[in-house]
Amino acid sequence: MDAFLHQVLAGLATGGIYASLALALVMIYQATHHVNFAQGEMAMFTTYIAWSLINAGVPYWWAFLLTVVVAFAFGILVERIVIRPIQHAPVLAVVVVFIALLVILNSVTGWIYSYTIKSFPSPFPAERPFGFKYMSSHELGAIGITLAVLLLLYAFFRFTPLGLAMRAAAQNAESARLVGIRVGWMLALGWGLAAAIGAVAGMMVAPIVYLDPNMMGGVLLYAFAAALVGGIDNPWGAVFGGFLVGVLENVLGAFVIGNELKLSVALVLIIGVLLVRPSGFFGSVHVTRV
Amino acid sequence: MELLKVTGLRAAYGHTRVLHGIDFAMDKGAITALLGANGAGKTTTLRALCAMVKTQGEIHLDGERIDGRATEDIVRHGVAHVPDGRGTFLNLSTEENLWLGAYTRKDRGAVQADLERVYGYFPRLRERRRQQAGTLSGGEQQMLAISRALMLSPKLMLLDEPSFGLAPLLVRDLFEILRRIYRQEQVSLLLVEQNAAMALELADSAYLIETGRVVLAGTSADLKRDDSVRRAYLGY
Repeated sequence: MDAFLHQVLAGLATGGIYASLALALVMIYQATHHVNFAQGEMAMFTTYIAWSLINAGVPYWWAFLLTVVVAFAFGILVERIVIRPIQHAPVLAVVVVFIALLVILNSVTGWIYSYTIKSFPSPFPAERPFGFKYMSSHELGAIGITLAVLLLLYAFFRFTPLGLAMRAAAQNAESARLVGIRVGWMLALGWGLAAAIGAVAGMMVAPIVYLDPNMMGGVLLYAFAAALVGGIDNPWGAVFGGFLVGVLENVLGAFVIGNELKLSVALVLIIGVLLVRPSGFFGSVHVTRV
Repeated sequence: MELLKVTGLRAAYGHTRVLHGIDFAMDKGAITALLGANGAGKTTTLRALCAMVKTQGEIHLDGERIDGRATEDIVRHGVAHVPDGRGTFLNLSTEENLWLGAYTRKDRGAVQADLERVYGYFPRLRERRRQQAGTLSGGEQQMLAISRALMLSPKLMLLDEPSFGLAPLLVRDLFEILRRIYRQEQVSLLLVEQNAAMALELADSAYLIETGRVVLAGTSADLKRDDSVRRAYLGY
């Protein structure tokens, strides 16, 4: 029983990270109807920036904050320079650009930092929190950070005029323009926010999986599974899916299929959801008349 | 004082020319109607004013040239467009739709007061303020579209077929409220309508558009007396 509880709680910790990344995917999907395959590599790249800052002697939380800001700017830049010119391109062209972005970021990071695996510090103490035996401080801290990010995002979209404008632009671009919203900038802002969330996820997952240019490959797959399980157009669904996938992955990996096959859980989930319920548990079903 | 002056306005969707050089003008504080049959180019004229289609020709608002500017900037000049199809943000609440109407305004205090005033015109919207706008009826969504435009506190309101899809009794009510709004707000109205009788009742002058050209212009009284207008658009 102890072991089971331990796996569930550890699953919640990584699940929170999947949930953040899934949320980043959903944000961009809602605004543009594209799935950003490079979301994981963008997160990885910004995590390396955090690593550089910390190694240069910047205190952890300052490095954390700075990285989030840099990631935000980086996301906006990517939207302006790479995505904007192809906004009317056919969907396959967009997919190719996303994959190119993925490969470029991966290689550039490898080129700058080499492919050697690096350790990444956790801001949380090494000993168990409050003598709690089921979870490490980092796992508990990661859940806390994830929840804080989700809460902040919720407050931003729900209670600020800018958040409302972003939701409006994602829903109905033409009407949004007619009330004076600069729709193009709202998209760029969405990319910035998604990149910032990704950076937080990267910094939270790096102490667990270690830092290397391929660290986000698996995480992104889990995030895809999470977003699909919850419904790719529903932020709450993505968060729920993230935690669910994290727990499933851990429990199945520990007791059923073994650690080597863990990643296939994500793939099975993706295929299963697409076969049985393509809109996910909470997604809206779209019917098109032809 | 001239509020809007349009000269040689042309527009096309792809290779299909829809407007072939439209000229018209309206004064500050006027209600002007654009009449015409389906496909004459009325909606396109309104869309052209807001840069929602590619256009040639000149558009002056309050003496300033606004053609070639982006839609978002024309809105900032005080032009509120009530589009055909109503343009509701379906997944947002009624009140969020109204807040969006005032998105470009900086005077937050006055916006709150305007919200109350708008609810005064359309009490039904107050009852439904927390409801998702997509669940409103067609008539309520039309009220919402007009209210959203009012929240900009506009100089000029462009109304695209406000009567479309509404029951005759509702249309009568709606035009009554438009008249009230016009009297109480400092706003000019440019109205596109297929319901020519209602439009001429409300407007003080009108232009008749046929296949992308203005073919007749005058005061509403003139147009009502014109035999061809009477036969083709008023039906008696």
